[in-house]
Amino acid sequence: MYNFDYHRPASLAEAASALQGSDEAKLLAGGQTLLATMKQRLASPSDLIDLSGIGELKGISVEGDTLVIGAMTTHAEVAKSDVVKGFCAALAKLAGGIGDPQVRHRGTIGGSIANADPAADYPAALLGLGATVVTNKREIPADSYFIGLFETALEDGEIVTQVRFPKPQRAGYAKFANPASRYAIVGVFVSQGPSGVRVAVTGAGPSAFRVSEMEQALAGNFSPDAIAGISVPSDSLNSDIHASADYRAHLVNVMARRAVESAS
Amino acid sequence: MPDSGIGASVTRKEDKRFLTGRGRYTDDLNRPGQAIAYFLRSPVAHAVIKSIDTSAAEAAPGVVAVFTGKDMETDGVGSLPCGWVVKDKHGEPHKAPPHFPLVRDKVRYVGDHVAMVIAETLAQAKDAAELIEVDYDEQPPVIDAAGAMQGALLHDEAPSNLCYDWELGDEAAVDDALSKAAHVVKLDIVNNRLIPNAIEPRAAIAEFSPAHDSYELFSTSQNPHLLKLILCAFVLGIPETKLRVIAPDVGGGFGSKIYCYAEETACLWASKRLNGRPIKWTAERSESFLADAHGRDHLSSITLGVDADNKFTALKVLTTANLGAYLSNFATCIPTYLYATLLAGQYITPVIYCNVKAVFTSTAPVDAYRGAGRPEATYVVERIVEVAARQLGVDPAELRRKNFIQPDQFPYQTPVALTYDVGDYEPALDQALKMIDYSGFPQRRAESEARGKLRGIGFSAYIEACGIAPSAVVGALGAGVGLWESAQVRMKATGSVMVMTGSHAHGQGHETTFSQVVSDYLGIPYEHVEIVHGDTGQVPMAMGTYGSRSLAVGGSAIIKACDKIIEKGRKIAAHMLEADVGDVEFKDGNYTVSGTDRSKSIGEVAFAAYVPHDYPEGVEPGLDETAFYDPLNFTYPAGVHIAEVEIDPDTGVTTIVDWVAVDDFGKVINPMIVEGQVHGGIAQGVGQALLENCAYDENGQLMTGSYMDYTMPRADNLPSFKVDMTESPCTHNPLGVKGCGEAGAIAAPAALMNAITDALGQEIDMPASTEKVWRVCQSRRMAAE
Repeated sequence: MYNFDYHRPASLAEAASALQGSDEAKLLAGGQTLLATMKQRLASPSDLIDLSGIGELKGISVEGDTLVIGAMTTHAEVAKSDVVKGFCAALAKLAGGIGDPQVRHRGTIGGSIANADPAADYPAALLGLGATVVTNKREIPADSYFIGLFETALEDGEIVTQVRFPKPQRAGYAKFANPASRYAIVGVFVSQGPSGVRVAVTGAGPSAFRVSEMEQALAGNFSPDAIAGISVPSDSLNSDIHASADYRAHLVNVMARRAVESAS
Repeated sequence: MPDSGIGASVTRKEDKRFLTGRGRYTDDLNRPGQAIAYFLRSPVAHAVIKSIDTSAAEAAPGVVAVFTGKDMETDGVGSLPCGWVVKDKHGEPHKAPPHFPLVRDKVRYVGDHVAMVIAETLAQAKDAAELIEVDYDEQPPVIDAAGAMQGALLHDEAPSNLCYDWELGDEAAVDDALSKAAHVVKLDIVNNRLIPNAIEPRAAIAEFSPAHDSYELFSTSQNPHLLKLILCAFVLGIPETKLRVIAPDVGGGFGSKIYCYAEETACLWASKRLNGRPIKWTAERSESFLADAHGRDHLSSITLGVDADNKFTALKVLTTANLGAYLSNFATCIPTYLYATLLAGQYITPVIYCNVKAVFTSTAPVDAYRGAGRPEATYVVERIVEVAARQLGVDPAELRRKNFIQPDQFPYQTPVALTYDVGDYEPALDQALKMIDYSGFPQRRAESEARGKLRGIGFSAYIEACGIAPSAVVGALGAGVGLWESAQVRMKATGSVMVMTGSHAHGQGHETTFSQVVSDYLGIPYEHVEIVHGDTGQVPMAMGTYGSRSLAVGGSAIIKACDKIIEKGRKIAAHMLEADVGDVEFKDGNYTVSGTDRSKSIGEVAFAAYVPHDYPEGVEPGLDETAFYDPLNFTYPAGVHIAEVEIDPDTGVTTIVDWVAVDDFGKVINPMIVEGQVHGGIAQGVGQALLENCAYDENGQLMTGSYMDYTMPRADNLPSFKVDMTESPCTHNPLGVKGCGEAGAIAAPAALMNAITDALGQEIDMPASTEKVWRVCQSRRMAAE
């Protein structure tokens, strides 16, 4: 790890100004990717702005038909939250399947979606539920938030503050985990809610994506059989030592069916 | 059952410190004034080093020194030796290119040691290492064993990258028998490369004392004495009396901590260079992946001849073994004498031939890893037997039964050099079949099929050679050392006992098992026995822990030393009891005059030995005896494992639904510890068959260099094991023990792959990754449509 200056602001405004004051500053949420990368000397931020002291970034609440999760809420907190379980059990299940207990007790929803790892679980939930990412500057619909490999719509100086989820009638998540890292080789989140049926896939491509053909089929008949024959093209999917692109394409269908089957 | 003696499942005495975080590991230790070493490693697989410029690094903050291979060369530091000379099929010794701790002019794998930076802190050392400028002239890497002989030359000393072309057995006789066989069964297999993953990474603290002109090395070694011998005699050229090696608590080894590596060697040398500054190095996990010795990595073509009565007539095995970039200390003997000699398995196969071509590649060195040659042999034998059963249309259990060596045939001379002293294989098979409810399998398979799943069952009737080994035998085969073990048993004046053993423990529970043995044998309380190991300053010359030898060889040495204590004590007791020595019996800790109730406890005798006021003439004071035990033969643990799996054809996920293991380890001292060893061994074997795989890309970059990509087995990959034992005691050691440390890892891969290929109806290689399994399921589905 290289040297850096450490800041622990007490407010969002303070964090934003610290971020603006440096070209090479990085926000530190749970640090589950950033710190490991820094230890390997693959990242060398000049400043680390630790968000853990900002109370307004934490917490889980329901506002009407919307679930609000603060950006600094850990995966473990989401997984065990009765509020989340009551609102959308699939979301709690997804959070409970991220990494391992150590990761779940440090990693945060804001950190995960700001990093936008192609194999992370949360992007599937955000896209699959039609969530809204709230920052210190604006609100970004999930559909326009995930841009590409580790790439989001966040601009310089923008800090994720919370994620807002609309209440689904039903939702399900099925994940085929990488046997080593337990990241998603393919994770599929399906929901039926205010904006219709949504099917979102993580792990398979460079960035989480929706499968409109499956969404249309499920809109007419929300059952695994409705999508049994629908495949996604493998050309743009990821390929690595754990799973080739066509295996991933196949798994998208299998996981989508299992997600539908498990939806509640 | 006794509370604490032989046969009792005593809770491990070492666990109190391990489980409460009070273990004392090398990295926990610090020496006053120590500096930290960091190794600059090669980022490329194969390159000539045109130049190294260390000047900027030397000038960096906190840097104490920067050393390269040239500095070590100037000081006359030798090559890390290979301790076993294997002679090829023409009688020529293996090609032995040098392996210098820091490279001199060429790097040969990613992770190779280019320079050593010593600084006040690790961060400073790493900062400085980035300032070292190395001009690499890259050469084509040599990655796969299969093409290694056609690849770019790695060592001038080894044309065609061939270390040796070795054989065992009569090829003509085998070919003749195969030509006459009623059935010929063939199979090509891969024994995948594995990366050992001890929970504690390697570490060292080296300190030279200018005042004493001597060295002290704390190291994560499985065999500190052998490490000391190698460092003194072969690498640094210092008297053995001038180096003390201490391996304190060590967190696992599995073979990877047997060897003398570059890092501890360089630290020791550098401490003297720096006039006695202690030098500490602790591996990061990434370094362990890159440069600790890897395991396995064989390609084999197998041919089995079977007669019309389904009896085996001949076995031919052609193997290419990948030794990596350099010869690790015992690399040469693993794919030869610890492999081909086990190809008879539990069966009567009249003639066997094995050819092994061992090649260099631009990958990490390969050496012994839990099982060391024997898992590879078992995988060959048990896969081809299973495939034979399928091709012949006979029950795989019954084909094995038909070919088993029978109890009345022991001692049994195999056609591949070994003589099995004892064994009884059918009871284990029968018990395993019962435990897994073999007759119920067809119904279970049908139930799985009804749920759209594939079910399979697979056997592994393994044998291994443990308790390595008679020194004269291994010497004749090329070993550079004897493979005896030492023990010193020291009765204290107040009746407690210290046992100095050469069998180092790094997770096995020796402190408990050996205490049980000594307590039982000398008749003193278990709590009064203290086991000392891992310190060349306290323990007589020793050979260390590997090959499941600790109890069979180290335990036998302890028994021999105890016998000497008992005999000397008998003379003292006879004097105290005013009886003839011949009339004094020793039992349960007491010396008794035969036929009387006059007796003295061994504690009273020990006190007399140290306070010899009234003492037998001609007997030395003290009660402290040393013994060396050289085994008469290997021991031959054997058993039957059966795995049952269910496969989800939609995803390719294999679930192990049942696992039975019936092992014959001879006499068992602590059943709980033995069962734990079986569990851990199976877990590692399952890892190899299902999950673990060391992969390099075409440039020689390690693709599985962290736990993000290298898949260790975890609890949720494993079933609840059903373990049982049979017992045919070893005939040639005093405890009748055989060894249990590696059995699970030896047996498991074949059992699991036999089950998976049974379910799939098609052969695949390890690891049976989900994608590989899914592809077979897909092709079956397409064929069915």
